[in-house]
Parts: sequence; structure tokens; C-alpha cells
Amino acid sequence: MSTINVLDHVMVPEHKIMSEEDVQALFSRYHLTSDQLPKIFHDDPAAKAIKAKIGDVIRIVRFSQTAGIAESYRLVIKRPKK
Amino acid sequence: MPSPKRIGKIEFGLFSPKEIRKMSVRKIIWADTYDEDGFPYPQGLMDLNLGVIDPGLRCKTCDQKAADCPGHFGHIELAKPVIHVGYTRLIRKLLRVTCRNCSRLLLPPTEIEKVLSTDEESGPDVLTEKDIKKEQICPHCAEQQYKINFEKPTTFSEVWMEGNRKMEHKLTPADIRARLEKIPDEDLRALGINPVVARPEWTILTVLPVPPVTMRPSIILENGQRSEDDLTHKLVDIIRINQRFKENQDAGAPQLIIEDLWELLQYHVTTYLDNEVAGCPPARHRSGRPLKTLSQRLKGKEGRFRGSLSGKRVNFSARTVISPDPNISVREVGIPLACANEMTIPVRVTPFNITEVREFIMNGPDRKDVNAPCGANYVIRPDNRRIRLSETNLQTVSEMVEPGWTVERQLRDTDVVLFNRQPSLHRMSIMAHQTKVMQGKTFRLNPAVCPPYNADFDGDEMNLHVPQTEEAMAEAHILLAVQENILSPRFGGPIIGGIHDHVSGIFMLTHGLRWFPKRDVLYLLEARNLPRLPPPGREEEGIPYWSNKQVFSLILPSDLNMVFRASSCQNCPQCKEESCDRDAYVKIIDGLLHSGTIDKKSIGAFDGQILHRIIRQYGMRRSADFIDDMTKLAIRSIMLDGFSFGIDDEDLSKTEYGQIREVLDTAANDVRTRIKIYEEGALEPMPGRTEEETLEMQIMQVMGKARDRTGEIAGRHLGLENSAVVMAVSGARGSMLNLTQMAGCIGQQSVRGERIMRGYDERTLPHFKRRDRGAEAHGFIKNSYKSGLSPTEFFFHAIGGREGLVDTAVRTSQSGYLQRRMINALQDLKVAYDGTVRTTGGRIIQFLYGEDGTDPAKSSYGNPVDVKGIVESVLKEES
Ligand SMILES: [Mg+2]
Ligand SMILES: [Zn+2]
Ligand SMILES: [Zn+2]
Ligand SMILES: [Zn+2]
Repeated sequence: MSTINVLDHVMVPEHKIMSEEDVQALFSRYHLTSDQLPKIFHDDPAAKAIKAKIGDVIRIVRFSQTAGIAESYRLVIKRPKK
Repeated sequence: MPSPKRIGKIEFGLFSPKEIRKMSVRKIIWADTYDEDGFPYPQGLMDLNLGVIDPGLRCKTCDQKAADCPGHFGHIELAKPVIHVGYTRLIRKLLRVTCRNCSRLLLPPTEIEKVLSTDEESGPDVLTEKDIKKEQICPHCAEQQYKINFEKPTTFSEVWMEGNRKMEHKLTPADIRARLEKIPDEDLRALGINPVVARPEWTILTVLPVPPVTMRPSIILENGQRSEDDLTHKLVDIIRINQRFKENQDAGAPQLIIEDLWELLQYHVTTYLDNEVAGCPPARHRSGRPLKTLSQRLKGKEGRFRGSLSGKRVNFSARTVISPDPNISVREVGIPLACANEMTIPVRVTPFNITEVREFIMNGPDRKDVNAPCGANYVIRPDNRRIRLSETNLQTVSEMVEPGWTVERQLRDTDVVLFNRQPSLHRMSIMAHQTKVMQGKTFRLNPAVCPPYNADFDGDEMNLHVPQTEEAMAEAHILLAVQENILSPRFGGPIIGGIHDHVSGIFMLTHGLRWFPKRDVLYLLEARNLPRLPPPGREEEGIPYWSNKQVFSLILPSDLNMVFRASSCQNCPQCKEESCDRDAYVKIIDGLLHSGTIDKKSIGAFDGQILHRIIRQYGMRRSADFIDDMTKLAIRSIMLDGFSFGIDDEDLSKTEYGQIREVLDTAANDVRTRIKIYEEGALEPMPGRTEEETLEMQIMQVMGKARDRTGEIAGRHLGLENSAVVMAVSGARGSMLNLTQMAGCIGQQSVRGERIMRGYDERTLPHFKRRDRGAEAHGFIKNSYKSGLSPTEFFFHAIGGREGLVDTAVRTSQSGYLQRRMINALQDLKVAYDGTVRTTGGRIIQFLYGEDGTDPAKSSYGNPVDVKGIVESVLKEES
């Protein structure tokens, strides 16, 4: 079975798993705890494509209409049932 | 910032009969309320143990007076159990998933285990109706299960087949209760029910709580008669039937009568809980009005949640009709004297203002004239007692006041108030204005602030709120003032600006080149209050003249530089710039209008370019002044010439009427030929279209072109001496299409973008032959509004017009609902100091507001920097 990598699609922004240090830096920069981050489900196609595990933080770099490039961070969580 | 306490979980449970009896202070057995002397019956619905509402009486439970007693619950013992309508779906589910004999879950323990243990981390899962097969055999006692039928509102029955006969057996609430009672606790847990707080049999009522009288007070009508609350009425019904039921039961009445009474009791309890259940006629008042029972108190727009908690009526507010006043500033609002006399602002008395405050008191509550100094209505002593001021006590009270007291003084000029028009769809729907006390009974506002409120003067009403503290006044002044809201955060441009006559007026003033004598210049600029006039642009026979462009330049900042094209620009392929035929090339150098006509593009609401530039270069205050100057200049300009429109402004000459008829006849002929080609089968269909669709599109196109041609013919005859043309060209109101329809031809009427096809069998109206595809037979209107419509045309016009009405009606209700959901979802998000957008719990929504951190209201049409503006002001030429 041939699988396509969703990250290759033009509409899918760049997803990268952040290192532990980067996550700590992020938390201290925004005075955050991990539960205050936006979320992404573990089975999200983009999360699966980069093999992210529950508890990882993903950096997403998008092209933005207003800012040119916009960064965002999401915590990988388990998709709840139903 | 962490919230002080976090909600771990919320638990929902049911009242058990035991709990209901425990919290009850009195068993209610009599349906009567008051005796002949107006005293509450003991053990009646108004029992003194349930709390008191009459002043003077004391509660028998807590021994407090009416004002302090919170009220206490009582209870009614029901003769037989009845179903609680709110839980019928839960009851149905439980009956369907449990055994009719042993009440165990219809699933072997291993299966239960399987469903529940699919998920380790997110806690145990819950069984649903879908996990259980219908009409099977109980895995515990091998009993054959029957289908459970549910009929709204509260009837349950078992259905099964015996041979070929369908059998049905009605379940009484007592039967159901017995079955629910037997469901084991573990099985309930598997279903997601916590049996400690919600045993399922508690959904079948055996005892009914009687709410305290404080939540169903009786009111005394003018004629001295008592009128009871709807809830009391319903409780009376319940007690009466319950009593009769008990008597019949004790007397050993036949089963049929018992069943009837049982159903009646069920009906009354059902409607007591919810009087709008499907399949149940609503209980009515003697007058025929449906009763407002428990559920109706909570539900809907006027219910407890949306009506009393999310939104409340407030004090210190006023509402009346609005009317225009172009002579007040956009920053002001005119308030009727009667309103200003009634509304107050608390002033704390200090050693520094005590003389002023004494004057307020001496002026009293009855201000007679708009120019008189304001008075005061109340004085509040340090112990919070209020003294109402009247003509008789002014002297004494004014001598009594000293620092520490508060005086509620009346509104006067230049107070800060909030002004609002519903629907409040964006933040400019509430703005702070300065008061101006005026004669009359309406709120007055400058027409230039109509766009943000979306107000007009066809009977619109608006609300006004008076801030009561210094902080609130400061906040209103700094954040909500009109001049702070000229730029809309929606598109980063001005939303306040010239409308209608302002645009026509300024267009007529600045179009082409005109010369005014000193008298006219001073008349036009009276409001501007200039220290001196600039040197005249021309002198003739010793009389000085100023040009119209000079006059307009006098309201501009002296170092403004900008170049752009006006609304009236036709986008010629090669722009002739200063020598434009329509004078549409606007060039302002060092605050002097060199060429071009000022119109909607320059000063209008939504796209006033000059306005926008003034805000960015000179700030909000200067731009508010500019709006005031501009509107006043525009109004005076339009009054200088006069401006009107009448039926004969739509007149054309014989030649034009001939040309129009010719154009329409040619088009009709063209359509006829095309129809003929189609009927002969010779029409070449367009790609992806049937022949019929192609024909329809061609006809629409031909007739559309014909209509436009009539517009051009009419437009040739009507020039800038025509008021409608001035309004259309300047962008004040209307378009050339409106003019076309008035003078030329109204054109094709359509429903959903197609010609009108509906009506009779193969024709739209009996006036036409069947299968006629011609222009007239499908809604083309040859006439103009001036010439008048034929009967068939009028009918088609009504069809086409109705579509628009339906669309608006549907759109407003849909967008209103969407707006409400949006507001509820976003209402307490805010931008934190680090630029992130967060919820109250600190959860991040955006890492940088709008991804670029720009406030759109401070942007230049969305861009953080107005490059064009900066270049123009430096180079003093078009960029
Ligand atoms: Mg209106
Ligand atoms: Zn009490
Ligand atoms: Zn069983
Ligand atoms: Zn031009």
C-alpha cells in the first residue's frame, strides 16, 4: 500500500516535534503550563506523519496573511472517545 | 494569572423521596390558599411554614419577616407514583437495556467488561443502548424480552407477538418503578449513572416538592382581588386530583376509574413541570392563556438564563426616539430636559466642592430650562439613608450636607454618557458621547454617526446609560468616546463620516470651479470660526472672490498632502490627471485643494480617504473636528444652491423615448429569432449546458443589455443638473441603475437568478399563450417606474420583489443566531500583555494576536504602516 505524506501537501504547514529544552524555553517565555497549550490529537494525520507521541509539543510554522510567517505550538493529546 | 479555585468536576443527581421529605417543612394536603379573612390555611399551599410574602407576617419556620425569609419547601404525598416528564428518555433507555424479570443488564458480564475496558487512561467508558441487542433472552434468568414502546409524553408499553397477533401491555408508573428499583448498582455504574446520587427509580415521583411561596407570590389586583401565580394554580390542580384519587382508592373504586384518575394526575404533574411537551395539550388559565410552569420559567429568550442572568434590565438608563441635528458635534448627544432631570450622577461631597454641591441642592429637582444650572434629586447620608429633595426641604438639606455625604446631581452639558442602538453587532454600537441638554423629547445625534449605529430616523429608538463612578466615566471617555471609534476594527478605515446630503453638498461645492463673494464664503464657513480669510483667488471690479476649492481647503490641516481619484472617476485607460473631464483627480498640496471633486471617496463613511489620512497624521481629536467642520460646510453648501428631486426630473425628450422603444423592440425581436432557432433545434448549446439553459442565458443576456442601453440613452439626457445624477456620481445615494429604472426601463425580474417560470400550466399567467418563451411572458418589464407598469408587469415585479424580502428575513435570523454562538464562545478571551490571546484560565488561543499583533483599528486598512500616506506627505505628489 502506497501512503502519501500529508506534510508534502502545499496546504499542510510545517510540523516539527520540539526538543525538551525548546519546550521549557517556550513555557518560560509565555509563563505556561502544558495544559494551557493548544492541543492536537495523537491520530491527527500531521501528528502521525512526524511520529509524535502523546505529551510531545509540536511547533507549527504557517504562512500567514497578516504576518508572513506565524508560529504556533500544540500539545499532543489522546483523542477522546466519541 | 491562575484562577483562585478550579472546578474539578460537576455532579448531577436526582432528589430521592427521602431527601424531598427531609427538606420539606410541611406536608401540604389542602388545595385552598387563603381563608375568608385572607389568612393562609394551615397545610394549604400558602402555609406560613413555606415562607411569607405579606409584609407584617412572620415565617413559622425561620421566624423572619417577608424581606428576610428565603422561603422553605413543602411536599405533597402522591396517591400513586407518576413519571417525571424530564426523564422519559432515560427511563426508556433503562427499560430497553435491562431485563423485564430480573432487571439486570441484558449483557453477560464478560461482554460488559469488553465494552468498558477498551480504554485504560481516559477512565471507564459507558454502555449505550446500541451495545445491547433488541428482544433477546436475558443472559441471567433466560427470560424472553419484549420491545418497549414509548408514546409521548409519558406512556410506556410492552409489545410482543403471540403467533400472528400483536400484543401490547401498558406499563403503569408503578410497574416501571418496580423494575427500575431492582437494577443493581454495578449495572448502573456501567451505564454511567452514579447510584449514590441518582437511583433511576427517583425519576418516578412518589412525593412532589412544593416550592416556597416566595417563588410563586400572589399579587393583589387593583380591585383588591388576589391573583395567584401560575405555579400555585397548577399545584391546586395536582392536590385536588390527588385528593380525589386517594378517596376513590380507599373506597375501592373500579379499576377503570382509578386508571382515569391516575392519568389525570400524571397530566397535571407533567404540565406542572413542563407545559410545552409534545403530545400533551397545554394547561390553560381561565382566560385561555397557556400557563407558565417550571420549564417555561427557564427556557428561551425571556427565561431565567437568557433573560435574567445573561441579560438584565439596568438602572440609570433611558430610551427614546432619535432625531438628527447637524448642528451638534459628532461627539455630542442631545438629551431631552425631562430625561436630564430624571437621570443623576453621584457626587461625593468634599471640602473642595461643598459650595458647588450646595448650589445643586438649592437648585432642586425641577429644572425648568435647558440653560439653567443642574439641580439634584437625592442626597445620601453617610449611613446610606437617602433623602429625596423637594421644593420644601432644599434649604434644610443644603445646610445639613458636609463632606462624606453624596449628592445625586442631574445631568448637565458635557457629562459623559454611553449611547447604544440595538442590535449591538460590533463595538461601535455603544459609544460615549458628551451630553447636551435640549428642548424636545427625542435624543438628538449628528447624522455623521449614523453609520456605526446603523441608525436612521424612521422611528428608531436608542438607549443611553449614565456611568456612575469616576472610573467608569474615565473609561468611557478614554476607550468609548466617538472620536476613538472613527476607525473601524473591521477594515481599518473610518466608519464615521459624511453621508447622504454631506456627500451631495460637498460634491456640489467642490465640483469644477466656482467663485464666491465674501458674503457666501462667510456663510459657508460660519461654523469654522476662522480668525481671518486667506487672500482672495480673484478680484473683479474691485470685488474679491474666493474659489470653491479655496473654501474647502479652509477646513483642511495646512500641511496635508495627498493625491487620489474620486468616486466619480471613470477609470479612463489614460488618466488626464488635473485636466480630467469629470474633475475626479483630487490633488491636495500643503492643505490646498488644487484639483478634483470632494465626494464619498474623500469624506464618506467607510471610505473617506481624507478623513483616514487626518486620523493617521493628526490624531482622533483633529479628525473629529474635521468631521464637524466638513458636515457643517457640506450642509451649508447644499443649502446655498438648494437640492431637490421631483417626478419631472425623470422626464426625457421625445427622441430618447423613441430610441428606448427602438432598443427594446430590437431586443424583443432578437429574442424571438433565438427562440425560433431553438425550436428548430438549431441552437448550439454552450459547453456543459442543455439547449434550453443556453437559450435562457442568451435571453437574459440580450434583455440585460437592452436595459443597460436604455440607461445609457437616459443618462445622455440627464446631466449633473439632475439631482439623482449628482447623488449617484458623488456616491451619496442611489446608482445609475436606479436612474435607469426610473427613467428608462425596469428590466428583467428574476427568481433565483432565472427568469420567472412559475405559475400556471406551461405559462406564468393566463394572459399569455402556453409555451410562450418571449420576454414579456417571463417577467421582462419594458416600462420605467415613471411610465408605470402594466398589470402583468406589476405582478412579475411583485414576484421578484418578494424574493428580496424573504432573503433579508431569513438572513437576519440566521446571522443573529450565528452571532450569538460566536459571542458565547469568544466573550472572555483577551489579549494579554505578552500579546497572546488567552482564555480566563490562561489557555492560549493565539500566540500573537491576529498572528501579527496589530490592532486593526489602529491599522491602515489592515496594514501596520500607511506607506502611501507617508510617501505622499514627503514627496507632495502621487506615489
Ligand atoms: Mg430605522
Ligand atoms: Zn422562613
Ligand atoms: Zn433476567
Ligand atoms: Zn479621470
